[in-house]
Amino acid sequence: MKDAKAKIKQFLSQYFANHDLQDDDDIFAQGFINSMFAMQLVLFMEQAFQITVENEDLDIENFRTINAMTQLLEHKAAVLPGN
Amino acid sequence: MKIELTPQQQNAQAAFRAFVDAAIVPLANHFDREEHTPPQLIEQLAQRGYLGALLPQKSGCNGMDAITYGLLSEEIGRGCSSLRSLLTVHTMVGQALLKWGSAFQKENWIPKLASGSAIAAFALSEPNVGSDAKRVETTATLSGDAYILNGQKKWITYGQIADVFLVFAQCDREASSTATEKPSAFLVERNSPGLSIKPISGMLGVRASMLAELHLKECRIPQENLVCREGFGFSHVASTALDCGRYSVAWGCVGIAQACLEACLRYTSQRKQFGVYLKDHPLIRQLISDAIANVKAARLLCYQAGYLKDIGDPKSIMETSIAKYFASTIAAKVANDAVQIHGANGCSSEYDVQRYLRDAKIMEIIEGSTQIQQLTIAEYGYQEQSILAPPTTLSQQLVARV
Repeated sequence: MKDAKAKIKQFLSQYFANHDLQDDDDIFAQGFINSMFAMQLVLFMEQAFQITVENEDLDIENFRTINAMTQLLEHKAAVLPGN
Repeated sequence: MKIELTPQQQNAQAAFRAFVDAAIVPLANHFDREEHTPPQLIEQLAQRGYLGALLPQKSGCNGMDAITYGLLSEEIGRGCSSLRSLLTVHTMVGQALLKWGSAFQKENWIPKLASGSAIAAFALSEPNVGSDAKRVETTATLSGDAYILNGQKKWITYGQIADVFLVFAQCDREASSTATEKPSAFLVERNSPGLSIKPISGMLGVRASMLAELHLKECRIPQENLVCREGFGFSHVASTALDCGRYSVAWGCVGIAQACLEACLRYTSQRKQFGVYLKDHPLIRQLISDAIANVKAARLLCYQAGYLKDIGDPKSIMETSIAKYFASTIAAKVANDAVQIHGANGCSSEYDVQRYLRDAKIMEIIEGSTQIQQLTIAEYGYQEQSILAPPTTLSQQLVARV
């Protein structure tokens, strides 16, 4: 999951150019995120980790920090070992 | 790198083109004048599987790839932007349901949308809400096992005939002004109690797209018609649909511009002024050259967006926005030039180019206006720059220059 955190951090860094994002930083508290961000994040998670983000995953808490996103990946891997 | 259609895509394109030339092109001005799309033509689209282009088929197939769907949007857009807008909105709702619908919603609606036995429309805009879409004023209040919707939707493409609407409203359980509002998406069937539909006519362009206003007065729908979750209606459901819509509109704009170009190539080869064909006047050649280059550039941006969609790349969202921005801008320019080249004839209802110009103008407004695209595209540029040149390096260089 260390790799996953690095991948997520690299993806998010483009949106937070002036901030060295930490694993437990609240990304929604860091400033402006435009209307395209939500779907870009979904597509990133799906493409980078070969998962499907579904309705039940759409809890804002699952996407608030790099740690939370990593936990979501761990949870999905546990539920669906094929993921 | 290889930019080339597969043999299957080429065959599909040829079939789309033949259908559009036979069934749409000769009648499109008539649809425009009558402000009406004949149900028989919609039936033909359904029978050919075009309305279910991106949806899983009864046969078990997955539907078209993004490039083939783009080619379909271009060809139908070349013939009639109104009909292309039916394909667009119907597909937008289908894609939103496919991604975010419940198992029940998918089971119930996807086969109907795929076959075209039900027509879907996208109901986001309101009298007071256009670009600032997440601030819709329509409300949805949970009452027992039903949501009660109140509000008004406007400019709903094919709202006059749609069987089901994807309606966006603010969920407000407490129904008090202090409660946090949550943009949410709902499926509202045409026969829902409390829904009334009023046709809109007299628009500038895309006049056969049978626009309507929806009036929701204590409109009661089952709780299970909530699509996705409360609060995710704009960020996820509408965003999925609008991304799909921008992609189809971008290709449709390529179709408009291509139609303009073909009309100009014909006209300037047949009409003489000052003793020579128009095509031999250098200033006409300048306009034709600009049209050729712009159409090709717009189409390449669409290919790029389609390729990224087919591989599920997150960049596809912004690259689609760029394609829509550019294609709609050049469609308006090419159509404007086409009318100029056609002179008085171009202003007459006997020629197609006046319709292309009116339709192209609409493309600069729908699915995110040009100005909204400019805001997000510029931001994307800064984001990409931050990856290529981290700000610390840049600021050091600036300090060094001082």
